[in-house]
Amino acid sequence: MASATAISVQGLERAFAEVLAVRGVEIEVGEGEIYGFLGPNGAGKTTTVRMLTTLLLPTGGRATVAGHDVVAEARQVRASIGVALQEAALDPLMTGRELIRLQATLHGLPGAEGRRRADDLLERVDLADAADRRVGTYSGGMQRRLDLAAALVHEPRVLFLDEPTTGLDPVSRKTIWEEVRALNDDGTTVFLTTQYLEEADQLADNVGIIDSGRIVAEGTPASLKAEVGAPHIRLQLEEGSIAEAEEICRRIGPLLPPVDAKTVLVEVEQGAADIPRVVRALDEADIEVGSLELVHPSLDDVFVAKTGYHIKVPTTSSAPANA
Amino acid sequence: MEGHSLPRSEVVGGAKGALHLRANARVVRALGLRSIRQTFRRPQLMAPIVVFPTILLAIQTGGAGSAVELPGFPPVQSFLQFMLAGAMMQSLMLAGNSGGIALAVDIEMGFTDRLFAAPISRYAIVLGRLAGTAALGLFASLWFFAIGLVFGAEIAGGVPGALLSIALVTVTAAAVGGIGAAIALRTGSASVVQGLFPLVLVVLFLSSAFFPVGLMIEPAKTIAEYNPFSFIVEGVREPIVSGVDATETAEALLAIAGIVVIGLGLSARALRHRLRVG
Repeated sequence: MASATAISVQGLERAFAEVLAVRGVEIEVGEGEIYGFLGPNGAGKTTTVRMLTTLLLPTGGRATVAGHDVVAEARQVRASIGVALQEAALDPLMTGRELIRLQATLHGLPGAEGRRRADDLLERVDLADAADRRVGTYSGGMQRRLDLAAALVHEPRVLFLDEPTTGLDPVSRKTIWEEVRALNDDGTTVFLTTQYLEEADQLADNVGIIDSGRIVAEGTPASLKAEVGAPHIRLQLEEGSIAEAEEICRRIGPLLPPVDAKTVLVEVEQGAADIPRVVRALDEADIEVGSLELVHPSLDDVFVAKTGYHIKVPTTSSAPANA
Repeated sequence: MEGHSLPRSEVVGGAKGALHLRANARVVRALGLRSIRQTFRRPQLMAPIVVFPTILLAIQTGGAGSAVELPGFPPVQSFLQFMLAGAMMQSLMLAGNSGGIALAVDIEMGFTDRLFAAPISRYAIVLGRLAGTAALGLFASLWFFAIGLVFGAEIAGGVPGALLSIALVTVTAAAVGGIGAAIALRTGSASVVQGLFPLVLVVLFLSSAFFPVGLMIEPAKTIAEYNPFSFIVEGVREPIVSGVDATETAEALLAIAGIVVIGLGLSARALRHRLRVG
């Protein structure tokens, strides 16, 4: 359980001309927590992150990061945070090593210390062999890992990752996830924005769902999923036994609308613990079960329940950028 | 909910950072070196600084060399000697323009966000870019002095005169870079900054860079007489063609100071605007 607040946001707003992009956002993130900020494109995630990282002034509300006000104490905030922004903001003409060393200088590390940290970080993100190549020759996954390494050069207390895996292939995505978990194990607070429901589910201790600039749901992934309903068992059966199976399952839990003529969906309060009851009851009635699956509500179900639509997930790519 | 203006600590802190360069010297140096590397690694940025002015110098001295015999042309050893200052001016102005383009590219690709998210004076970011542009101005002046000497131009002011010209070109490059940086910060668009390229040439041709003001016709003559770049050109040219002249130097420094004030003032304003609008 987190012991202190790393990020505190109260009524944060940002207007662009007549458009209110962020509307009264309230967030509390404990120290050592991974907070997943989930929402579709244009929901207000990046605008919120830009305000929290002092890159954009709020037009209303207030926020503190690492105990410092993002407006009045911007420089102290910047000294406490690491930032890896959307679409890895890297100079394709620099080498990986040059970039990390520049980042070390920007954060006031002495030359020798900066060089040592650069070597360590390049090793850590598995880029030591590519360290002296220009960033423009890196794949998308390598660029994100370099961006992450650059954000860590001064060992920040709070790390902001803005869609760190968008567009990456599954292998590169998993590598980033492992690194984020390792960082969090070391005590770093992570504020992670993502469009990927699975990413938030896998990584985040707490999730905030933002839509049209407003937080529409917040809590642990488990509590959010519990809000939208109990898990259900999906049974694949012979067509002739469907009616009898439905009769039996109805005694165990409420039936959900079937997806096809060979499927029965029954909601179960206790999840996996209810599986033996269902199997025994069907077995006693001599009903042959083709397959059985316990299905838990996903964050997608939560998102749909809160917003009425699905998040459109972007396609993946890891091709090298132009040099 | 109340809106926020740029915090006072940020404004005052940033201005202090600019004034007390030593405090941010490492950052300025690192960003200056990056700026130089960036220019040398991107041929399209290097070409306008060295290649174009050299070609123009060759064409003009080769094709219009007898212009020195025109009545009223100032006394010079050769047209090449006269043209060196103009070539340097063209090079430094295009260096300033290229610096602005490079900064705008940084903004477009989000690299400046990396810099803005660091606990440094945000003015150091601009100063780093200007330091790089100044270094390119230094490089350009050395290049054209070398060309001049190789092709027989005499430096009337000797080594002190050459050093003065080099210093003026270097400082002017940074001053002009300030205007390029301001436009880049304000627009965040490399194509807009690139679009100023023809304007740079207009400003140069309406100065004494390529032709003596006394031989121009109206209205170009009057415009050139009041064009601050004419004062700078003469400040750079005088040590080459006749020796160091305190008045010409003072006028050049005054013109440079004016451009510095305008460039840095506009840059500071554009920086604040960028932080407000994101």
